[in-house]
Amino acid sequence: MLSYLAKPTPPTQDKRWKLVDATIRRQGQQQRGLIETLHTVQEAFGYLDTQALRYVAMSLRVPLSRAYGVATFYHFFTLKPAGEHTCVICMGTACYIKGSQQLLDAVERELGIAPGETTADKKVSLLTARCLGSCGLAPAVVYDQEVAGKVGTAAMREHLKKWTQA
Amino acid sequence: MNPEELDQIAETERKAQSQFTQRVNVCVAAGCLSCQSQSVKDALDQEVARRGTKDHCQVKGVGCMGLCSEGPLVSTNVVSSGAGILYKKVEAADGAAILDSLEGEPVSRLVCRTDVPFFQRQKKIVLENSGVIDPERVEDYVAANGYSALIKALTEMTSREVIEQVTKSGLRGRGGAGYPTGLKWSTVSKSVGTQKYVVCNADEGDPGAFMDRSVLESDPHRVLEGMLIAAYAVGASEGYIYVRAEYPLAIKRLRNAIRQAERIGLLGSNICGTRFSFRVDLRLGAGAFVCGEETALIASVEGKRGMPRPRPPYPAMEGLFGQPTLINNVETFANIAPIIRNGGEWYAQIGTEKSKGTKVFALAGRVENTGLVEVPMGISLREMVFEIGGGIPEGRKFKAVQTGGPSGGCLPADCLDMPVDYESLARAGSIMGSGGMIVMDESSCMVDVAKYFMDFCMTESCGKCIPCRVGTYQMHRILSAIASMTATPEDMKMLAELCDLLKHTSLCGLGQSAPNPVVSTLRSFAEEYRAHIEDHKCPAGVCGAQAAEAGEAAAERETV
Repeated sequence: MLSYLAKPTPPTQDKRWKLVDATIRRQGQQQRGLIETLHTVQEAFGYLDTQALRYVAMSLRVPLSRAYGVATFYHFFTLKPAGEHTCVICMGTACYIKGSQQLLDAVERELGIAPGETTADKKVSLLTARCLGSCGLAPAVVYDQEVAGKVGTAAMREHLKKWTQA
Repeated sequence: MNPEELDQIAETERKAQSQFTQRVNVCVAAGCLSCQSQSVKDALDQEVARRGTKDHCQVKGVGCMGLCSEGPLVSTNVVSSGAGILYKKVEAADGAAILDSLEGEPVSRLVCRTDVPFFQRQKKIVLENSGVIDPERVEDYVAANGYSALIKALTEMTSREVIEQVTKSGLRGRGGAGYPTGLKWSTVSKSVGTQKYVVCNADEGDPGAFMDRSVLESDPHRVLEGMLIAAYAVGASEGYIYVRAEYPLAIKRLRNAIRQAERIGLLGSNICGTRFSFRVDLRLGAGAFVCGEETALIASVEGKRGMPRPRPPYPAMEGLFGQPTLINNVETFANIAPIIRNGGEWYAQIGTEKSKGTKVFALAGRVENTGLVEVPMGISLREMVFEIGGGIPEGRKFKAVQTGGPSGGCLPADCLDMPVDYESLARAGSIMGSGGMIVMDESSCMVDVAKYFMDFCMTESCGKCIPCRVGTYQMHRILSAIASMTATPEDMKMLAELCDLLKHTSLCGLGQSAPNPVVSTLRSFAEEYRAHIEDHKCPAGVCGAQAAEAGEAAAERETV
């Protein structure tokens, strides 16, 4: 078989590549499956690193530049590993009106990081969301996948303390 | 699957349900789930099992009941007396008390009154099943007349008749622009292609809007049914639902719904023994607001960067993979089944002359009752805010209501008596949008709000066309300067010029409507802008040195 038609081998022996391969197969190895495949990689590995992007690009036969372009275009994809815990602050209109900017300022001061960054000890990542759709509970914060509503600055500090001191 | 089999499913389910004389419904949509409604349901389940009343007392997880701010919500119903009670802020420990109340007096400390305008003023069409049926069971949907509209369309109507009914209903696109749905369908049905597609736009990007999420979480089969009818009408055989990856629960319930529909033969080949075949697949969005624009959405489904392209050709002619494509919003599809069931004339009776039917709004911000409401078109803003919304908390003064997200505008107090419909909102400088309605009181600064939306548009601009890419950045810079009291009157002139430029020269809706929040606040709240520039004061006390820093940091991040 021609070498460029051969299926590339996964970068590592990691079993999670099987999930990625399954998605690629389900998309019929078509270029249109790029975003779906990247979703699977991110779900399995938590982020998209260069070798993952390279592997996906080769498997779907899209230029690496396009895979990289797509991965950086969409906010949902991240090229850096997240910390042990993630704190997502909703910056939707309803939350903003009810003071999510103050929450964000408080965390930034507390942890010394900006949104999108992770603390030096890799404990906490701080993220912002466009809108969680929990507008009835504004301001909303997601602590490790768990949505908390009507969050105040004090309650939030309390929660972060549990993480940073653990 | 044939019509008789569907009747059979409905019959069996109704019979099974009629055994239960006591019903307890727990909201398990995202709003209440984040207030631990799952633990409430588990507690109720355990308590029922412990009491051994499982054969006549049913505990069911249902979709959104609307009043999200008072969650978790639980509703009870005793069949013999017909008494229904809604409970709010229920905790797991209240389970036993609620079950006790089924045979006695309601638990007064938890009762949520339903004789208030929030519930009484609503008219539910899209949300008729929300909070009533179990979104994870197709049988429950079928028992509530689900899929009967599809059967009716397939067995009794031609595709032209289906389009006629939709046209007659006067339904307009619920995604925001309000394009007549019937017209769109007939364009796609007339287009020629080897393969046609139906795409459901569930990329609900507007911050402050959660109608689509709620519909998908509470009643996913209704959206599928709408898509199926649309596919039959336009002659499509493949469909995609483009849903935000940020809505994991909606994705889970949609996947489940698709599987169930396939299992009972309502999705797949030769549906109901006819020649009509239809398959649906999910595509996950990845957090790009611009993908709500139809050509950008198509690019994204094709696995590319979500960048819009000039129209024409419209997707109705050349859409997904170059084929004729029908794109409608979740709520539009959710309206289809009732229209087919009851006829277009029935739907056209509701609403105003040009805006028919009902609209679901996500009421949020500084109002007492926040949550999801469905009201007939043409209701006044005052009714929305002060009756349904219950007014402004803490005795503060109403300042503005923001509709339409980053593409919409802020409507001041003198617009309160305006009817809510497509035309009136557009005249007042806002748009209907997808249905987010955010109420602001005097503690919000309008310059700050305009800056917030401009920051949003700047970050979300896809960068393809220059007016939008550079214009939003420039406008954000000026607004930040105003907010930090360093702007000059010349800046204001520049701002007005940029508003005009973006509106007329941007490629897609994002850029064209990006100035709307600025234009509408300039129109109604010019005094606030003046105070910032001339008196170096923020009347609401929001802006200041701190705001300036944050604004600069945001702009800095954007340029890096």
